Amino acid sequence: MTGYVLRRLGQAVPTVLLTTVLIFLILHLVPGDPAAVLAGSDAPPEVVEALRKEMGLDRSLPVQYVIWLGRVARGDLGVSYVSKFPVWTLILRRLPATLELTIAGLLVGIALGLPAGIVAAMCRGRLPDLFVTSSNALFLSIPNFWIGITFILAFALALNWLPPSGRVPFVESPLTALRFLLLPAFTLGMHIAAILARFSRTALLEVMNEPFIRTARAKGLTEWVVILRHGFANALLPVLTILGLQAGYLLGGAVVVESVFAWPGLGRLIVESIGNRDYTAVQGTLLVFVAMFMLVNLLTDLAYGWADPRIRLGRRRGA
Amino acid sequence: MTDPAPPDTGATRAEGGAGRRRWRRLVRRYRSGLLGLPLVCAVLATAVLAARLAPSPPLEMNAGQELQPPLGRFLLGSDEFGRDLLSRILFGARISLVIGVTSVMIGTMLGGTAGVAAGFLGGRTETAVLRLADCLLSFPPLILGIAVATILGPGAMNAAVAVGIVTIPTFARLAWTSVLGEKTKDYVRAIESLGASGARIVGRHILPNVMGVLLVQMTIAMAQAVLLEASLSFLGLGTQPPNPSWGGMLNDSRAFLREAPWYGLFPGLALSLLLLGLNLTADSLRDLMDPHTRIR
Repeated sequence: MTGYVLRRLGQAVPTVLLTTVLIFLILHLVPGDPAAVLAGSDAPPEVVEALRKEMGLDRSLPVQYVIWLGRVARGDLGVSYVSKFPVWTLILRRLPATLELTIAGLLVGIALGLPAGIVAAMCRGRLPDLFVTSSNALFLSIPNFWIGITFILAFALALNWLPPSGRVPFVESPLTALRFLLLPAFTLGMHIAAILARFSRTALLEVMNEPFIRTARAKGLTEWVVILRHGFANALLPVLTILGLQAGYLLGGAVVVESVFAWPGLGRLIVESIGNRDYTAVQGTLLVFVAMFMLVNLLTDLAYGWADPRIRLGRRRGA
Repeated sequence: MTDPAPPDTGATRAEGGAGRRRWRRLVRRYRSGLLGLPLVCAVLATAVLAARLAPSPPLEMNAGQELQPPLGRFLLGSDEFGRDLLSRILFGARISLVIGVTSVMIGTMLGGTAGVAAGFLGGRTETAVLRLADCLLSFPPLILGIAVATILGPGAMNAAVAVGIVTIPTFARLAWTSVLGEKTKDYVRAIESLGASGARIVGRHILPNVMGVLLVQMTIAMAQAVLLEASLSFLGLGTQPPNPSWGGMLNDSRAFLREAPWYGLFPGLALSLLLLGLNLTADSLRDLMDPHTRIR
């Protein structure tokens, strides 16, 4: 297992480096001179020139990249053009909201999707199955920002059950926080629920054809025990893999859902920063998003390797 | 008007039964496509005929007619500038589809070519293409779209390029694996031994065999592209006002949800119908192309 972990980490190194090059270049590809932007529009040329030297912008690109990478490794993401705060401070201030939203969305997805998939598989071809499979097709197609808008229209404006937007931190008042969290979490979670329901249904139907299920039934176990203890336990691995693959959707979806509900997370930060042309903040936030995504992908791969010895031992599929 | 009854012979009845059964089987198997394709065609038709169907120009403002409810002077109501929502939604279909098609073209051309080259040539080309694809795949799709849109600046065509770049790695990897699978087959070996050039082997023999897979991926990517463009426009990074795009209209509607709920409903409904149609069509196409599901 250690060998597999090291090999997987080694494979990731070139990709990580290349990705950081792309993120580094963003600051140089956007229109405008960073030094001039930071100095302000009415700054004299000498000041801009001095600032450029101070920021190291007068050196060659590869040198700048190495310096930048060194700073990033030490946790220094630069200073925001607009608020003059360190970007890392801005990110840390917003990160809890995004983590809260994505985790809540994931939980909603699991809580709705898994039971729906199990019920659909149990009632294959009958009404509940039809209901679940058609809801899946629907929720896989409806964009989450429209789900959010319809949720606001229905549950906040028409029924007046929940607040339409904003956030209260959990430490201040857990109950109010939950009320603010419900609509965004469900908005983000519906897509995950649909995917989970679809895959757990297929996985369960496949497993239920296995001989050990027949054995379990022959032992006289009730159908529920057969399905949950024997069927579902074995269908869980492919379902978990699918869940790991949803990290990209969760992070991208968070950006959109945060915009719908004025949720003060990293997604709002990146969109606001683009609007303000605060490109150091954009760059830093992008880096954090990509780092989180890569980390989840790595963990998924490692978990998969831990569960499946064929992958751990480096045998390729089909070989 | 009634059709003349067919002569009642046992043979035709049996044939008709078999034919009907065949039809029923086809309908059941491609149920999703039979639902999806008409949806896509309907949106396509509205996009093409937008100028004829729309009651008024999409940018025409009517002072004093702001946020009018549906079924009055405006069939689907009006927006905060008194513009007809129906007309804007019809023209929005055009923007959605044009950007969708453009970005999928970019993805297929660049990603597909790079993937075919990587699979056929191998060696350094392969390593370079796969590394770059991995690198693009290490961004969550929407985040990559946002990054590219930031560099290019907001605008409809820039959004198309951004979305196109997001679809590149999937096409590259898919083309790569498909070509790898074909390259070692006997027919390629046979043409090779006849002395055909590399370009000829790829263009005339391998490409037609991997086209099916790429075509399915194009419909999947089309749904992804339409959604991404709408998301970028919703975040204010895609199509810019006053041009009508569904994502942008939904973004504008958020300020008026209390006074004008229909404003937030209709553009989203149009977008969801198009996405549903594209997804269902893609599902059916995938079933059609995949012999594993076809046999079952």
